[in-house]
Amino acid sequence: MKPSKPFTVFRAVALAVVVLALIAPLLWMIAASFKTNVDIYDTGKAFVFSPTLDNYDNVLQRANYVQFIGNSLWVAFAATLLSLVLGVPAAYSMSRFNMKKSALVVLMARIIPGVSLLVPWYYVFSNLQMVGGYTVLILSHMFVSLPLIVYIMMGFFDSLPEDLEEAALVDGLTHIGAFRRITLPLSVPGIATAGILSFIFSWNNFMFALVLSGADTKTLPVAIFDFVGYASIDWGGLMAAATVVTLPIMVIALFVQKYIVSGLTAGATKG
Amino acid sequence: MSAVTTPVTRSPQAGAGPAESGWSRWANAHRKWLFAAPAMAFVAVLIIFPVAWTGYLSLTDAEGSVRAESEFIGFQNYLDVLADTDRFWPAVWRTVLFTGVVLAVEVALGMAIALLLWRPFRGERWVRVAILLPLVATPVAVGMMWRLIFDPTIGMANQVLSWVGIGPQPWLSGQSSALPTTMFIDIWQWTPMVVLILLAGLTSLSDEPQEAALIDGASTWQRFRHVTLPLLMPTVIVAILLRGIDALKTFDILYATKGRGGGSFHEVETLNVYAYGLSFDYNDYGVSSTVLIIFFLIIIGVMWALTYRKKGLDR
Repeated sequence: MKPSKPFTVFRAVALAVVVLALIAPLLWMIAASFKTNVDIYDTGKAFVFSPTLDNYDNVLQRANYVQFIGNSLWVAFAATLLSLVLGVPAAYSMSRFNMKKSALVVLMARIIPGVSLLVPWYYVFSNLQMVGGYTVLILSHMFVSLPLIVYIMMGFFDSLPEDLEEAALVDGLTHIGAFRRITLPLSVPGIATAGILSFIFSWNNFMFALVLSGADTKTLPVAIFDFVGYASIDWGGLMAAATVVTLPIMVIALFVQKYIVSGLTAGATKG
Repeated sequence: MSAVTTPVTRSPQAGAGPAESGWSRWANAHRKWLFAAPAMAFVAVLIIFPVAWTGYLSLTDAEGSVRAESEFIGFQNYLDVLADTDRFWPAVWRTVLFTGVVLAVEVALGMAIALLLWRPFRGERWVRVAILLPLVATPVAVGMMWRLIFDPTIGMANQVLSWVGIGPQPWLSGQSSALPTTMFIDIWQWTPMVVLILLAGLTSLSDEPQEAALIDGASTWQRFRHVTLPLLMPTVIVAILLRGIDALKTFDILYATKGRGGGSFHEVETLNVYAYGLSFDYNDYGVSSTVLIIFFLIIIGVMWALTYRKKGLDR
């Protein structure tokens, strides 16, 4: 069906409004990160100002952000990798052996409020003197990554035909051999989707690190609050910090758009 | 925890046949659980046990230090919480209101945008990129970004309103305008999620029913109302389900914009924010666990109702 002319015009205008509404605030944040606090307070300099790198200097040098970037990277990377190691084989079993009840148990993690896990964890881990360490942060982020990975990979394995594995068995491979040599290589797109989404969710996660991280192990979303004082806010520094957190993930998203969309919409169109 | 580290990939070289070792035979025969057990053990240790403990704590008077002794007090906390019209019920109401409003707006707006994007057009790629950006942005940073834009004195929002002759609004700092403003932020960030899900649903629809309706002389609205919408309904329910769970649990943007306790007058204190505050600001673990169990039951109830509705549609 070919759209009519008036519809095409209406669509162009409507979508332009949508794009502007979604992009303008982000551009505003980035612009403010290049302004001095004096310029941020001067509404006359909303669009015309002389850009400065002072805020970034502040964030990266004085506020110890290089360390926090490293923390965020390490926690997100480790949680994603461990969740893939645990989650991919589990999803395979759950898909091939139709383990509906087991799958439901793992997916329950998606609906449980994080606070209800934090209280017992805090009890246990503070008694073990582990609060503030990387281990407990990584474990807590796996609580988000693992169900996500199992969910995405189950959908992926459901749609992967079993014929090739069966052919490999005829050729003398064991079941596990067929999984390793046939199924896993064919699953690379699914694993990439699950891994990228898990990384993003972990990078963006706030509540677990808020409770479980220490002064040195803070992740970026928690470190942002360093710029919010009781009396006043360092807006320039805050916007630079917010940009440092969001910009890398948005740039990555541009390159792996296809994977992110397929991961976010996984399971949306089938039963 | 030893089960968690079970090396699932350390199977011997394949293609063994008669030379197959005992371990390999065992591993292959038990692969179903060998593959699933580590993940299940992780879930059991880190999720089921904490939830069970939350259930237990809700029946005690645990508070103060995590090492302090606590006493079993039965359902006293539940009676206290359910009678609390000062913090608990307003938090329930805000949670319901927040979730209801953002879901309604996100689904309506998401549907409209998805329909606009349905048929291919030039520049489609760029619109899709724009839709993806709010979704992947860190919610805490998004909260901070809108905090600057909605600042009553230096924010761009009031600046824009002044161009069209509307006076300054208090936005996040107003006692009654704070909650609607946080709803707006949630809608800005998560409508794209609904768009992506509905678009995936629309793309999977076949063209035939549309064309049949067109031949029968159905108007655009009739085609949407009687052909597209019924076929898309299962996907709409999925979108509501996924967004609904997250909207009920919204925490990051509320904490980033209003801080502890949902602001000085608890303007944006939802159940999740309230439970967090009880646990980690007041260390009132017993009551906090009670609120969490009730919150959990609400989420399960909503999920169950929606899944039930979806099953009816699938049939």
